[in-house]
Amino acid sequence: MTNNRNVWVFIEQDEGRINDVSLELLSKAAELAQTLAGQVWAVLCGSEVADLAETAIQHGAARVLLADHPELALYRTLPYTRVIADLIRAHNPYAFLIGATPVGRDLAPRLASAVKCGLTADCTDLQIGDYTSKKESVTYKDLLYQIRPAFGGNVIATIVNPKTRPQMATVREGVMRRREPDAGRKGEVEPVSVSLHPEDLALQVLSREVREPTVHLKDAPVIVAGGAGVDSAEEFQLVRDLANALGGELGASRAAVDAGYISREHQVGQTGTTVRPRLYIAAGISGAIQHRAGMDQSNKIIAINTDPNAPIFQVAHYKIVGDLGEVLPLLIKALREKAK
Amino acid sequence: MSYNSIVLVKQVPDTRAVTGEVMTAEGTMNRAALPAIFNPEDLNALEMALQVRDQHGGTVTVLSMGPLQAAEVLRESLYRGADRVILLSDRKFAGADTQATSYSLAKAIQKIGAFDMVFCGRQAIDGDTAQVGPQTAEKLGVPQITYAESIVSLADGEVVVQRAFDLGTELVKCKLPCLLTVTGSANQPRPPSARKRIEYKLAAIPTEYPKLLEKHTEFGSAEALDQYLAEHHLKIEQWTTANLDVDESQLGLAGSPTQVYKVNYVVLESTESKDIAPTPEGIRALIEELIKEYIVG
Ligand SMILES: Cc1cc2nc3c(=O)[nH]c(=O)nc-3n(C[C@H](O)[C@H](O)[C@H](O)COP(=O)(O)OP(=O)(O)OC[C@H]3O[C@@H](n4cnc5c(N)ncnc54)[C@H](O)[C@@H]3O)c2cc1C
Repeated sequence: MTNNRNVWVFIEQDEGRINDVSLELLSKAAELAQTLAGQVWAVLCGSEVADLAETAIQHGAARVLLADHPELALYRTLPYTRVIADLIRAHNPYAFLIGATPVGRDLAPRLASAVKCGLTADCTDLQIGDYTSKKESVTYKDLLYQIRPAFGGNVIATIVNPKTRPQMATVREGVMRRREPDAGRKGEVEPVSVSLHPEDLALQVLSREVREPTVHLKDAPVIVAGGAGVDSAEEFQLVRDLANALGGELGASRAAVDAGYISREHQVGQTGTTVRPRLYIAAGISGAIQHRAGMDQSNKIIAINTDPNAPIFQVAHYKIVGDLGEVLPLLIKALREKAK
Repeated sequence: MSYNSIVLVKQVPDTRAVTGEVMTAEGTMNRAALPAIFNPEDLNALEMALQVRDQHGGTVTVLSMGPLQAAEVLRESLYRGADRVILLSDRKFAGADTQATSYSLAKAIQKIGAFDMVFCGRQAIDGDTAQVGPQTAEKLGVPQITYAESIVSLADGEVVVQRAFDLGTELVKCKLPCLLTVTGSANQPRPPSARKRIEYKLAAIPTEYPKLLEKHTEFGSAEALDQYLAEHHLKIEQWTTANLDVDESQLGLAGSPTQVYKVNYVVLESTESKDIAPTPEGIRALIEELIKEYIVG
């Protein structure tokens, strides 16, 4: 086994399309690998997916391990675990990043259990740093800090895996910034042999239905979000109107979703979508920690709230202490005037 | 054809009830200040197992690893219809991460014996990791079906399961034995039955005997109580590491590859901000500024 410092990324693809989170992770891995003086390797599994390797290279992979086999066409736990666990054992990577999607959250724990390494779920940040174990009085250099909200989002925990390799983590979608692809980048593609055992095929996919997302919060440049401070479903129309006037997407706090004002796909926050728009307007949202976790990296934040002490004001760039029933129409009117 | 199921359940602090009082000044959590509850999605797992038994026959065994107080979720499982409950409790399990936890659970499952299905909740609300199910499945060497929404059919040693995600569904067929992790939308867990509540009122682990004896002086001694509970199937089995064939280096904190380096209470850093008056003039000026800075427009 080599004592390398390589950072691996699992490339999640579905019917020939790479999931955005995998590209986000390649960007992050490139940053980590630079600090570690290691390389970024991508693990790409599927059937007839060789052409996706180029995309992985353009996004930062120095080498793509390509497992191309008909049995890998649709994601299934056991065949994917077989192939990837074998690759991990053969190459012993330093760290391994996987998107915290339904696929990633199915695969990562199975893999970690197979190769007996530590795993941290749903990370929102990754850094490199040292860790001193008080019990052993040993300092481990350059570990992967796996940072995640814990305890219902009330605390932020930093987890390390001092001894086992790879240091494995699943990472939330949308929290790492994706870099632009570089068409000039060169990398190697290494086809790997796939040898499955009969028991790996114990599960069969009979049918699948994938809905296209109808809400595009993650990439929206402008988001207008409403919370429990909105009185009724009718009043929520004001939030919609402002979003329309700005050409933005609609967001919501969990309380607004629970109240039935809007569907769950619009929820921003720890258990919703993480967003980073150019402009985020929060109307009638108190700014609970689980909500802020999904929006506090927005470029500019406008908060509208009747309570001057609402926590949302602490992350806001523009504070409007007032009733949203009055403020939203004023905003809409001012925008319409400007548009004329 | 009848099926034997094992359900993994966890007692968790109700993280949905975190208030200012629960956080200490140092930014740590006073777990004891939170109510301990049956992990919500584990109730869905139990319900799915009970429905299999109700339809096809067989048994439902509930296994929980945790401190002695976790006997409470096992009693609740009995009230809801479980046939057998086992508490896995030992100081040596303390500090276990999901790797060490799944190791211990897999060992306990192997001791329970042959099973057709293991059911777990999709995830626990104190960690939200969703790791223990798949990690246990790997250690048992059985396939896993995560995000299970419903069992569509069960026959000829195979189960057909509908899986559900935010953006889609999948229908899979899997050979038994296997492990399923069940979503919160899968079913409506049945409430505890009033009759069973009375039937299992005395169900207890030995550590709870002194408390029981205070209330029920008629038993006189711990030995008499123990004998009575055993005869009436009211003894909640309690297993320690001594009951399992385990490698101690894989248990608890020592057997956990992950370590918590630090935990921070989230502190709000105030952003530099402008107050905008909620008046037509104030709002108009704001829009002009946003347009000038290319934030809108
Ligand atoms: C594990 C866990 C995960 C969670 N995940 C998320 C998540 O992903 N996203 C999320 O949003 N929440 C999440 N929550 C819930 C979160 O803790 C809060 O309960 C929720 O964000 C509150 O929503 P809110 O701000 O709309 O409602 P409230 O907290 O009730 O706030 C309403 C606000 O409106 C203001 N208001 C009232 N009337 C008016 C008016 N006329 N004009 C202007 N302002 C007015 C009030 O002053 C108040 O500040 C989670 C909680 C837990 C435990």
